Amino acid sequence: MLEVVSQITLVMLGAALLIAFVRLVKGPTLPDRIVAMDLFGVLVVALIVVLAAWSGVRATLDAALVIALVGFLGTIAYATYVERGDPQ
Amino acid sequence: MTDIATAILWLTGAVFALLAAAGVLRMPDVFTRMQASTKASTLGLGCLLAGAALQMGDFASLIRVASIGAFVLLTTPVSGHVIARASYFAGVPLWEGTVLDERRDRDAAVGTIQDDDATGETSGGDVNAH
Repeated sequence: MLEVVSQITLVMLGAALLIAFVRLVKGPTLPDRIVAMDLFGVLVVALIVVLAAWSGVRATLDAALVIALVGFLGTIAYATYVERGDPQ
Repeated sequence: MTDIATAILWLTGAVFALLAAAGVLRMPDVFTRMQASTKASTLGLGCLLAGAALQMGDFASLIRVASIGAFVLLTTPVSGHVIARASYFAGVPLWEGTVLDERRDRDAAVGTIQDDDATGETSGGDVNAH
């Protein structure tokens, strides 16, 4: 049962990534794209955690932790850039 | 039993992640999109992390999953606040249905005080605090 559930979960997370990608491409302003990138980071962390629990490869949890850290720093850097420049 | 709990947690978390993405796609302006993204994705990731910790079950994985959860729980509100602040001051337009913009109201109130040279109470609230 867990096999099917984890596949459904992974497909839903992939669909969420695709939807966020649509916003990343469409986004009329730069902050819209930053929000989409921020959501990307969280969704990728979720995907890696589910894959780690499903496949039993625990080492990927460290990668998820690093991606969470770097995603936060990237969002802060983008926001600083927006606050100094033109939002278009 | 563990499998059932993990399945429920994972499906709930995936639904919340999908809702966050749908909110980012469908909401009308940056601030509402950011609202949908930060709240729903934090809750969804929390459910997925709880399910994964339940499924793996050993102490090393539990520590890693708990530190990911604590870190995301701490940083997501901060990054959401920073994005909202940056985009507001960069002049990103608000949705036309926005009913409350306290910053603009307060600036307007401060402007009338300076124009009229009045010191009494205004409708803008506590202007002396800023």
